[in-house]
Amino acid sequence: MFSVSCKRWLLLIHCLLLSSCNDAMLNNPYPAKEDKQSILYSSFSERPKHLDPAVSYSSNEYAIIGQIYEPLLQYHYLKRPYQLVPLTAAKMPEITYLIEDQSGVLIKTHLEPEKVRFTDYMIEIKPGIRFQPHPALAKGKDYIYHNLQVEDVIDISTITDFEHSGTREVVAEDYVHQIKRLVHPKIHSPIAELMKEYIVGLEEFSKMAEIQDPVAFRGLNISGVEVIDKFHFRIRIYGKYPQFIFWLSMPFFSPMPWEADVFYGQDGLADKNISLDWFPIGSGAYMLSENNPNRQMVLSKNPYFHLERYPNSGEPGDFESGLLADAGKSLPFIDKVIYVLEKETIPYWNKFLQGYYDASGVASDSFDQAIQFMGDGKAALTPALQKKEIRLQTAVTTSISYLGFNMIDGVVGGRSDKARKLRQAISIIIDYEEYIAIFMNGRGVPAQGLLPPGIFGYESGVQGLNPYVYDWHDGYHRKSMDTAKRLLSEAGFKGGVDPSTQEALVLYLDTAASGPDDRARLNWYRKQFSKIGLQLVIRATDYNRFQQKIRSGNAQLFLWGWNADYPDPENFLFLLYGPHSKIKTGGENAANYQNAVYDRLFEEMRNLANGPVRLEKIHQLQEIIRYDAPWVLGFYPKSYSLIHKWYQNLKPNLMANNKLKYTRIDSDYRARQRQLWNKPLWWPMVLLIGVGAILLWPALVIYRRRKKAVINAR
Amino acid sequence: MIQYIIRRLMYSIPLLLGVNILTFFLFFVVNTPDDMARMQLGQKHVTEQAVSKWKIDHGYDLPLFINSGKDSFKTITETIFYQKSIKLFVFQFGISDSGRNIGADIKQRMWPSLAVALPALLIGLSVNILAALLMVLFRQSYLEFWGLVACVVIMSISALFYIIGGQFLFSKLLKLVPISGFGSGVDALKFLILPVVISVVSGLGSGGRWYRALFIEEVEKDYVVTARAKGLSETQVLFRHVLGNAMIPILTGVVVVLPLLFMGSLIMESFFSIPGLGSYTIDAINRQDFAIVRSMVFLGSVLYILGLLLTDICYTLVDPRVKLL
Repeated sequence: MFSVSCKRWLLLIHCLLLSSCNDAMLNNPYPAKEDKQSILYSSFSERPKHLDPAVSYSSNEYAIIGQIYEPLLQYHYLKRPYQLVPLTAAKMPEITYLIEDQSGVLIKTHLEPEKVRFTDYMIEIKPGIRFQPHPALAKGKDYIYHNLQVEDVIDISTITDFEHSGTREVVAEDYVHQIKRLVHPKIHSPIAELMKEYIVGLEEFSKMAEIQDPVAFRGLNISGVEVIDKFHFRIRIYGKYPQFIFWLSMPFFSPMPWEADVFYGQDGLADKNISLDWFPIGSGAYMLSENNPNRQMVLSKNPYFHLERYPNSGEPGDFESGLLADAGKSLPFIDKVIYVLEKETIPYWNKFLQGYYDASGVASDSFDQAIQFMGDGKAALTPALQKKEIRLQTAVTTSISYLGFNMIDGVVGGRSDKARKLRQAISIIIDYEEYIAIFMNGRGVPAQGLLPPGIFGYESGVQGLNPYVYDWHDGYHRKSMDTAKRLLSEAGFKGGVDPSTQEALVLYLDTAASGPDDRARLNWYRKQFSKIGLQLVIRATDYNRFQQKIRSGNAQLFLWGWNADYPDPENFLFLLYGPHSKIKTGGENAANYQNAVYDRLFEEMRNLANGPVRLEKIHQLQEIIRYDAPWVLGFYPKSYSLIHKWYQNLKPNLMANNKLKYTRIDSDYRARQRQLWNKPLWWPMVLLIGVGAILLWPALVIYRRRKKAVINAR
Repeated sequence: MIQYIIRRLMYSIPLLLGVNILTFFLFFVVNTPDDMARMQLGQKHVTEQAVSKWKIDHGYDLPLFINSGKDSFKTITETIFYQKSIKLFVFQFGISDSGRNIGADIKQRMWPSLAVALPALLIGLSVNILAALLMVLFRQSYLEFWGLVACVVIMSISALFYIIGGQFLFSKLLKLVPISGFGSGVDALKFLILPVVISVVSGLGSGGRWYRALFIEEVEKDYVVTARAKGLSETQVLFRHVLGNAMIPILTGVVVVLPLLFMGSLIMESFFSIPGLGSYTIDAINRQDFAIVRSMVFLGSVLYILGLLLTDICYTLVDPRVKLL
């Protein structure tokens, strides 16, 4: 009896050990058939709120719709500084400046910007671009799905349930239709109000559109946006606004077929979450073939994608790093992109190490596993990651974090010498080098001005020095504490004491960072202020209240940041432009900074083309800000990306949203590496079962002993 | 019994109304309609006009509870509370503030939640009962002592530890199951093994001790002494008689949680990327999506009331002495 049981156990153990030699990857979260396919695996932690290009305005949404919709222009993938090139436009828009002559007739001009009445953007689009296959475009004699009744959609649960789909060529009217959509009250585009200020006739059109269904406004016209012919249209804007061209590279200005609004506007579809917000219709390299934001979203190659080739040129070093190996080849290279819902960083990180994700950021809890700092202070990968041939890419983001002073505040605000010296003293004592080292694992660059690297006007070295906070001795060195104390004393707060109370000057810092993780950061700020005897009171609150305080000007000091919309200095320098004051106009000047000289220089600078004259104006603007110190210039965050060897053609491009079409996956190599890294280990399980069996033995003994005792008792 | 059920259902109406008022009050104490609009419209270039338009379009331009500008019934009906709440009572959850159909989302997300919760409950229950019966079988031996110690140890460790530890051991080191993810149909099985095992193990401490306490109470009763006197073995006594008679508290404890299984588990679903309902409410609170928050709180209340009612009905089924009047 015992020997039979023992044989069975041995057989089981043998089977388990045999299966451990099997190559099957039991921890593979994807179907085995996908192993050698050209699929990129990525993730999302929060489902995108909108995929309608008129509404989307956040990076997680752009990561998806950037691959689907094609605006007129795009950023060159490889060249730096960032350079706009045509995408669906046949060439860069022809820009004409118009002034009114004495009789009121518009004539072309090259005069000073203040005299320009209108600017015309004449746009020619490429012929032969087609929309992705979509039921809204399915046609028999007429559109098949434009007259759906509620009963027709009972069995429909997703867009792919429609049997037929169709396509058609993208025409100028599709771009104009999208511009109309920007101001429809039901669509809630975040740039509607902004664009009304610039595009001629958009304000008047929006009033007409209020009483029209989005479907019906096809027949209405915007006076400043005109379809010339099938492939030409013209946008007229008020005055001169050179930055308008950057907006033309954003998904807001992608073509949208009027059929989409007709299709999605039908009864019964919205109840099934079938809307333009969830099922896009674009002409880009990819189309959204599965949209389950509760689980996964899948982009597949658009079968009608027009011919587009990988760039033939880049910046120096691109050829050597292999970024031009695919020059001239038609795009895209990857067949499918799967975004999986992954809410936590630990599983994501482990799956990346197992090869189930192709790229990863570096979260703070896995930083030490991934990055080590070398003797020269440079970041490098740890040996474990180097062994896996993972690559590290770093880039300074086009954004800035800062501590703002409310310039209408009675203590820290205003342009008096005393207030300025107080702000300069505070700028010196907040040691952002230490902050970056402690809280950001070195992932940041202390800011010397408003403009981060990569933006025209940024200068490194002694030319870019903020002389009111730093000294230059073979590098940046923060000014001494004595300097800060002297400035504080000159500001009337000797030793940090407020003469009116004879106690430490109390300052209030408002922040939306109120979580347990933020406590250490806020304590750190408190400690910085105490270096010169100032007392900092933290007023941490939720983001709603924080915003409300900023809007109403009730904050004294606040922590905030800005991420560039486009790579132009105007997009940073406007943050301190007087007419954009938060309290007066609800603009983005949260510090409510007012300086007539700054405003005049800004107005001159924003209309200039990049060149020495503009650079000189930027120098002057930066000098004013460094001297007046309405912000403690914080830091430019640095992004760290980890990339597996098989994921190729990846170059940091902080402006482009449509990068996926340039990238390539070596799926055979990936399959081999995954196989190598994910062989199941069975023997510990066998050991565990063995230990369990041994532990059962005493139970069996006790049970038999008790049974025997009962029988004996009887 | 029918009368009793009808009466209980009638009681639930003011209860649900109360829950709804409380949710509404708490939500709008923290968030104003302006905050909600700004959250939906994004951070940049948001003007007062855009906020105002959003509120009108989503019905948040009305007063919260009382519309003093209107006459008679309209003082109540022309308010955000009335407009947003009344349809809940016929289970029309409507469209979320970000534009998705809530009912469709709930239908889609409840199945993955159930796929984890139901096997975890059934297997967990069986394992807990078995462990408790074994502890009773070996009572007053060192096996019972160490069993209890193990229960206390298991209870004392955070659920998060089991999840992270389980993922580290079984997925990262042994590479036996995927760390996280979800599939459809049979593909879902490989993703469910680890969360279910972790649920069962982490619940074993409290479950084992609770059921042991129930069984210990039963084994002291006269019918057990009689069964032993009849010559039944200890295993027969425990598994046939004691287990059967302890079913009332077991059943009532289980039935009350049955409807709530649909609601899922926040931590488990987050770490295993299970697309269930567990994180639906929390995500909605973070996004300030009031439409989802009120729907989920309402649904949770309804399911809890249903669970309690089912428990009462189960009493009559397992114990003929109980009558519902």
